[in-house]
Amino acid sequence: MLGALLLFLSAPIILSLGTGVWPTWQHFLPGFFATAVIFWPVTTIEVFTFSPMLGSGSTYLAFVTGNLTSLKVPAALNAQDALGVEKGTDEGDVISTLAVASSSIITTLIIFIGALLIIPLSPLLESPALKPAFDNIIPALFGALGIVYIAKRIKIAVIPLLVMLIFFPLVPGSGGLVGIMVPVGVVISIIIARILYKKGLIS
Amino acid sequence: MAFLTSWWVYLTMGIIFLYVLIQSIFALIKARKRAFALGFTKEQVNQTITSSMVFSLAPSLAILIGLVALSKVFGSMIAGMRLATLGAVTYELPAAINVISGVFGRQIGDVLTPEMVITAVWVMTLGCLPPLIIIPFFFKKMSSKMQDMRQKDQTWNQIMMDALFLGMISAFSGYILAPKTPEGEASYISILGIMVFATSAVIIMVLGYLMKKYKWDWLKNYALPVSMVIAMALAIVYAGWGVR
Repeated sequence: MLGALLLFLSAPIILSLGTGVWPTWQHFLPGFFATAVIFWPVTTIEVFTFSPMLGSGSTYLAFVTGNLTSLKVPAALNAQDALGVEKGTDEGDVISTLAVASSSIITTLIIFIGALLIIPLSPLLESPALKPAFDNIIPALFGALGIVYIAKRIKIAVIPLLVMLIFFPLVPGSGGLVGIMVPVGVVISIIIARILYKKGLIS
Repeated sequence: MAFLTSWWVYLTMGIIFLYVLIQSIFALIKARKRAFALGFTKEQVNQTITSSMVFSLAPSLAILIGLVALSKVFGSMIAGMRLATLGAVTYELPAAINVISGVFGRQIGDVLTPEMVITAVWVMTLGCLPPLIIIPFFFKKMSSKMQDMRQKDQTWNQIMMDALFLGMISAFSGYILAPKTPEGEASYISILGIMVFATSAVIIMVLGYLMKKYKWDWLKNYALPVSMVIAMALAIVYAGWGVR
């Protein structure tokens, strides 16, 4: 991970060395604070939220390659469910790692090829005909993923779902808060699950 | 800005891409060996790899839309490197806007100076560092605590894992109802998003029924990507009907 840290830091350093342009504190600090004030807490919480889902083997790779909620976590979940392995076990961890690594390879290759071929690909990717499909990738993903889990654990799901189904349509600008609402949903779900488990209502 | 398409930018970004790719391949090889040691068959392992790759195709193509947007500022290689590592377009774009609009008072489509672009790259890099610092220093301790908890109560461990996923699923189910505000228009809740969500849910239920009835076990690995892609294709049809 420290190797990855150094490599990622090398990108802006090399850009500055190559061009001779370094950001001034006067410009860097306001931009950095505006970003870090939101994304440092969000990404910190993400580590503690997604690590138990991904397991020890794939957490590092998933965070290095990013795109957790739309790719790595659903890929791990889908693979574990398809084989019927228990999550949070050695078997679950290894299947999660296979899924995350496979997903990372495909994503990295597609983005790399996309970056090289950006000029011929742009008209296709920006075509108005395809826009509704790409704009709705989250509903398409979570519709299928959600129904399976909600049906499996309906007693746990009811309260967090209700909270979110009320929160998002009623709060202006809530679309930008999903990163913060994921850990909120997780905390509510775990509290409800714990209460139901202690009362013997779920097993 | 000529430097965005210079050979040394391509080389630097190419090395970062290669590093990520090699790490993923090593992780895959290591996990494959471990899976065999744990008793998984070759068929199960290969199916997991193939289905995960197939599943990743559609979301990866969607990332390319973000690539097109970001490449207008950073050139395609820097934009690609940012999207293939650490972040996601939901982070990179706001971080870039914080600098370009917030600090320099320009818009993404404007002509920018190297100082603006390089300041934005520095902010985007340092603005999402915590996972790279937390994981090497605290993850081992966290993992061993999780392990203790698992051994204490296996049943609770399973319920807790399901609850974790349900928390994420509930947040994203609600997110679909978040009002959208296109520039210069009144905000609205996307009926199209709700229809796509419902369509995807119905398709996976139908596939589940078919799997059970005809014992199509091979479909298990592909039910999620198939449901997702059909629902995305139907989004185009619904939009054609005027739903938004």
